[in-house]
Amino acid sequence: MEYYLSLFVRAVFIDNMALTFFLGMCTFIAISKKISTAVGLGIAVVVVLGITVPVNNLIYQHLLREGALSWAGYPEADLSFLGYLSYIGVIAALVQILEMFLDKYVPALYNALGVFLPLITVNCAILGASLFMVERDYTFGESAVFGLGAGVGWMLAITALAGVREKLKYSDVPEGLRGLGITFISVGLISLCFMSFGGIDL
Amino acid sequence: MASSKEVLFNPILDNNPIALQVLGICSALAVTVSMANTLVMCAAVTAVTAFSSLFISMLRNHMPSSIRIIVQMTIIASLVIVVDQLLQAYAFAISKTLSVFVGLIITNCIVLGRAEGFAMQNPPGLSFLDGIGNGLGYSALLVTVALIREPLGAGTLMGYEILPTVNNGGWYVPNGLMLLAPSAFFIIGLLIWALRSWKREQVESADFEIADNIQYREAL
Repeated sequence: MEYYLSLFVRAVFIDNMALTFFLGMCTFIAISKKISTAVGLGIAVVVVLGITVPVNNLIYQHLLREGALSWAGYPEADLSFLGYLSYIGVIAALVQILEMFLDKYVPALYNALGVFLPLITVNCAILGASLFMVERDYTFGESAVFGLGAGVGWMLAITALAGVREKLKYSDVPEGLRGLGITFISVGLISLCFMSFGGIDL
Repeated sequence: MASSKEVLFNPILDNNPIALQVLGICSALAVTVSMANTLVMCAAVTAVTAFSSLFISMLRNHMPSSIRIIVQMTIIASLVIVVDQLLQAYAFAISKTLSVFVGLIITNCIVLGRAEGFAMQNPPGLSFLDGIGNGLGYSALLVTVALIREPLGAGTLMGYEILPTVNNGGWYVPNGLMLLAPSAFFIIGLLIWALRSWKREQVESADFEIADNIQYREAL
């Protein structure tokens, strides 16, 4: 239990998807002008990451990795080169299913998430988490915890940036830095703050 | 119809994918610690963008629009698999250090953004040039960042020592911050500032105009 807790804390703070690995940056910078939309997008990312990482873990463990197909009579098959294609397929399909499910049964959440759900398919953080899961060879339980932790960390980061940007728009920024430039520098400073978690040993 | 020269060279300075279109930042920051990695990454992204634009443009009249994203993703993912296998075969060390970032070219917004924004409306030849042009715009910014980060952070360029560091008996004390994540944000932010001071039409308008200071009496 303690091990899973430390994995979760590590994924949220120390290995933060957005601020340490720069994943999901495009949406991170494009959709962080208001706190309310940022929180909506963050929740969607947590949900999708929490589902796709364990599902991709099952696919990797039982279909793609070397020797995984021995239950079907092909012990020497190694399909790991098909990884990218299957992970992105799973992500696209799951996002689509989630969208239909929410539309039918939880319309309130569906309306809150709005256009962000389909956008999540091309969010690097989602695919990145699946690839990290493969690279670090997580088990099913670990990958579920890691997926949730990565999502919560990303949500924390985008909410923090949105908070900074909401105040920033009232300040007198030099002409050339307005908009994108000053956002980059603020993200740099936030990322510097998150590095202070780096020394924590769990 | 834009001329092919414009399509090829506009994205480098006038319509840079990273500095103006806010596309493809994800991988731009993580690989720029060393020049060799950056060059490999740039070549990979340029190749994938160019060929995915070419193939998507060839298929654009046969794709039903309801499933076009899936078709585009499949084409892009297949191209990235080719690039990844090539890297693993011929440059294994670099492919290990780039780790997940080669795979992340699939979700690099430049690739899908150009496919949606340009290749779906334009003929294959022009789309191919547009892909190369945007790849070059991405590369130009990445190479500049790597050119700042590697020498200041480690005193080397392409692995050769150009600033002799104190550890090796030289005079330069390496700036550790340059090897860490935040420096990439600062450098890109400053580069955008430099670019926009030069090309003034890219400056964004302010949300609020700051009123002049007026004296209390004048206000009355």
